[in-house]
Amino acid sequence: MSEDITRHRYENGRPKLRRFHQARWDEPILFELSRPGQRAYLVPPVEEEIRAEVGDVLSTLPPAMRRPHPPALPELAQPQVVRHYFRLSQETLGTDLNIDVGQGTCTMKYSPKINEQFARSPKVTELHPLQDESTVQGILEIIYRLEQILKEISGMDRFTFQPRAGSAAIYTMASMIRAYHASRGEGEKRDEMITTIFSHPSDAACARTAGFKVITLYPDEDGYPDIEALRAAISERTAGLMITNPEDTGIFNPRIADFVRLVHQAGGLCAYDQANANGILGITRARDAGFDLCHFNLHKTFSSPHGCGGPGAGALGVTRELEPFLPLPLVAFDGRRYYLDYDRPQSIGKVAPWYGVVPVLVRAYAWVMSLGAAGLREVAEIAVLNNNYLMKKVLEIPGVRAPYARGKRRIEQVRYSWEDLYRETGVHSEEIGLRAADFGVHYWTSHHPWIVPEPCTLEPTESYSKEELEEYAAILAHVAQEARENPEVVKTAPHNSTIHRIDHAPLDDPARWAMTWRAYRRKVGGGG
Amino acid sequence: MAQKTVVYPYIPNSVPQVKAQMLRELGAESMEEFYADIPQELRLQRPLDLPPPLLSEYELRRHVQGLLNRNRTCQEYLNFLGAGCYQHDVPAVCDEVNARGEFLTAYAGEPYDDHGRFQALFEYTSMMGELLEMDVVNVPTYDGYQAAATALSMAARITGREEVLLPRAICPDKLSKIQDYLRPDLTIRLIDYDPRTGQLDREALRRALSPQTAAVYFENPSYLGYIECHGAEISALAHEQGALCVVGVDPITLGVLTPPAGYGADIVCGDIQPLGIHMQYGGGHGGFIATRDEERFVMEYPSRLFGIAPTCVPGEYGFGDVAYERTSFARREEGKEWVGTAAALWGITAGVYLALMGPQGMAEVGEGIMARARYAMMQLGRLPGVRVPLFQAPHFQEFTVNFDATGKTVAEINRALLQRGIFGGKDLSREFPELGQSALYCVTEVHTREDILRLVEALQEVLR
Repeated sequence: MSEDITRHRYENGRPKLRRFHQARWDEPILFELSRPGQRAYLVPPVEEEIRAEVGDVLSTLPPAMRRPHPPALPELAQPQVVRHYFRLSQETLGTDLNIDVGQGTCTMKYSPKINEQFARSPKVTELHPLQDESTVQGILEIIYRLEQILKEISGMDRFTFQPRAGSAAIYTMASMIRAYHASRGEGEKRDEMITTIFSHPSDAACARTAGFKVITLYPDEDGYPDIEALRAAISERTAGLMITNPEDTGIFNPRIADFVRLVHQAGGLCAYDQANANGILGITRARDAGFDLCHFNLHKTFSSPHGCGGPGAGALGVTRELEPFLPLPLVAFDGRRYYLDYDRPQSIGKVAPWYGVVPVLVRAYAWVMSLGAAGLREVAEIAVLNNNYLMKKVLEIPGVRAPYARGKRRIEQVRYSWEDLYRETGVHSEEIGLRAADFGVHYWTSHHPWIVPEPCTLEPTESYSKEELEEYAAILAHVAQEARENPEVVKTAPHNSTIHRIDHAPLDDPARWAMTWRAYRRKVGGGG
Repeated sequence: MAQKTVVYPYIPNSVPQVKAQMLRELGAESMEEFYADIPQELRLQRPLDLPPPLLSEYELRRHVQGLLNRNRTCQEYLNFLGAGCYQHDVPAVCDEVNARGEFLTAYAGEPYDDHGRFQALFEYTSMMGELLEMDVVNVPTYDGYQAAATALSMAARITGREEVLLPRAICPDKLSKIQDYLRPDLTIRLIDYDPRTGQLDREALRRALSPQTAAVYFENPSYLGYIECHGAEISALAHEQGALCVVGVDPITLGVLTPPAGYGADIVCGDIQPLGIHMQYGGGHGGFIATRDEERFVMEYPSRLFGIAPTCVPGEYGFGDVAYERTSFARREEGKEWVGTAAALWGITAGVYLALMGPQGMAEVGEGIMARARYAMMQLGRLPGVRVPLFQAPHFQEFTVNFDATGKTVAEINRALLQRGIFGGKDLSREFPELGQSALYCVTEVHTREDILRLVEALQEVLR
């Protein structure tokens, strides 16, 4: 009889770490693959009758407007293009492949495949945004129904889907706050926006772009936003508060309603960045804490895939009082038909073309419909349970801590600190991440500035099994052990990834940086 | 009656025994313990009031596809709408690549574990760089509107000036976006167009330019479809006053039209939707910004910029963020504007499109579109009472069709066309009242001679 292979796959009853190696194709840059005359796609020819009637159409152009020679694009046959991009896709670690709990704040949950079929249906893809409303009743109904769902989840009165991702929605909230104060003759006076350091960088950056001065609150010693700091910050110049809760530490601010009340008392508005909503769906609502505006990232919490960094969608909800300022148009229903409502004189206007990233809206609608109220609550609870389970496993590793809120549970993510391990071994958090890549997982430190030293942020969502969470923790435990026993292997990682340690110096040097192949060829010259 | 426990296919740990075991290991009585920080008065004390779930995939498919089936698409109707969202042929390989789960579900990994994402986006910017003849192109922003608004903001920061000059013949929606975006810092002045040719009124431009001018912005093709032929003169006027020339361009024209860098543009921007991305009811946009490789330009981009770099192994290509300290990721409100999730997958897709097309394909598609559009203009121009185009200038794929002399409004005509299975051109009568009852028609490489003649015949009937 042959030997039982499974015997070698376990140690002390636990699966051994994967002997992962990422695809390494050493794939050339497309331009290197170019061979003169190759074609990958043929353009539909112009019919003879048209040609006969219009003649040489390019001769209608003034010489200065006629491109003298075609663009120097690569020339390839179709199989070469397909193989090239499939190889690059293999060198990309999507959520479909890995235990994607390492990209905290990003809510890397499973994106259901059925929803992809809907989004890619010609009934979505082949619609022009200016088609007569009678021909788009189906898609308008989906958008309208999604709005009703998000109104119930948030308690808000009206939604726009125009912002094309989360930060665009944050900017739009800031723009609406500006319009609101201007409508009351306080536009000049109210020029300060308050946020917290553990809210997303865009809460500060978008407020600044919209013209506000930014005041950033730091946490108290328990990691909660400091209410005394808030009291000191608010004044008759306060335009509003833009805040995440739970913050990127996974800690929920229990005094959030007091924060909102204080800002309201000073005449400001409160905007809720709900990028971190995954653990609180059906548990607590923006409106119930008094917020005037909120937004959800439909590509995070509502399962639409992240697409290498978009397209996403920012669903922005407001109270009745702010509704007049929403971008136009809104999708409305008169009891008989769905239509686009442009009759909104106080609107801030357009923040993006058309009505939003429609395929993302379709996926989000389908996702909620597949779960219902009980299912959404299950999403929230399992996301929180998974996070606390992972936290228990991670905190069993010597050298890592979860700063703040000592002994308390977290909501949907945790910001950890490897400061102790770093002091002991000299290995940085970032290096732990690069070594973790050798085992087939992502790992992310944190947004800057690093208030928490040597940070990493893990967010397991509801999509990973108990065993997968254990595997992720086992990878971190293994890397921490290596940091003690053989730090070089960690400091020179990755070893099993597609490529090895990058020399970052040229990327910050104007003489050497190159954002296109043509710039690179110009700067380095020569080559093969 | 006790509610039946549901095990959700997307939620592995929704199996009750697993959940119970995890709670036990955590020493928790119930889920309540994890929410201890959320005060009771903020808790929703009832289940959400949502439609009943469609738990099985089949039920969901019936419901969602049933709703979608109420739509009538541009494959079922004959479409002549454009105005910023364009029906072009989307090569199958574009859809194949952007449906790859590895790309579709990746996000923000490191340039090691996501090497392929970085390379695909670097190749996208590299091919755009060839098309535009510029050395720096950003990782896509949300859409062409945002690209224009940011390009103008960059110009203001680069010049330290506070006024921008825009063409009055701009898409009003785009203008609305730009106004909202520039409101805190910048003043916008509109420059009129020559009513005969549509070209930017260069005399008015000369008068408006001053040492306060940060940028002159115009588009090719213009919103109303004609080609602005005086780019070199406009950019020279701007440069004389120390202002920058910012040009919005439709990239699908650039197989045949001179890229804006060829007539003096300093910053070029636009939308990549025409490059292999479906219309998606307006959901398929992505914005590009391009400049020369000069530090004072590069340091003003808010977007991610991916650069190529060596690794410790000779012969390996590595990639990474260029000048990351510019960004709001690095410096919050001290960064340039902001950066976040935008339209990366459409960037990869547009790269695939350019790789498939090559130089020859881009030249052919541009020429083919111009030929069809010209043919359509000639046929429509023969209809009694129809003037086409309104402007004496070369056109690319869009053109104005005026119905004043027919006694019918565009709205009436479009309703009648709809009954015949045709989406007529965009009604311009509200946006540009001075053009009377005019519509903006769009003809691309997807239109055959038969399609164009079908439109002409339908209009013949409608206008009778």
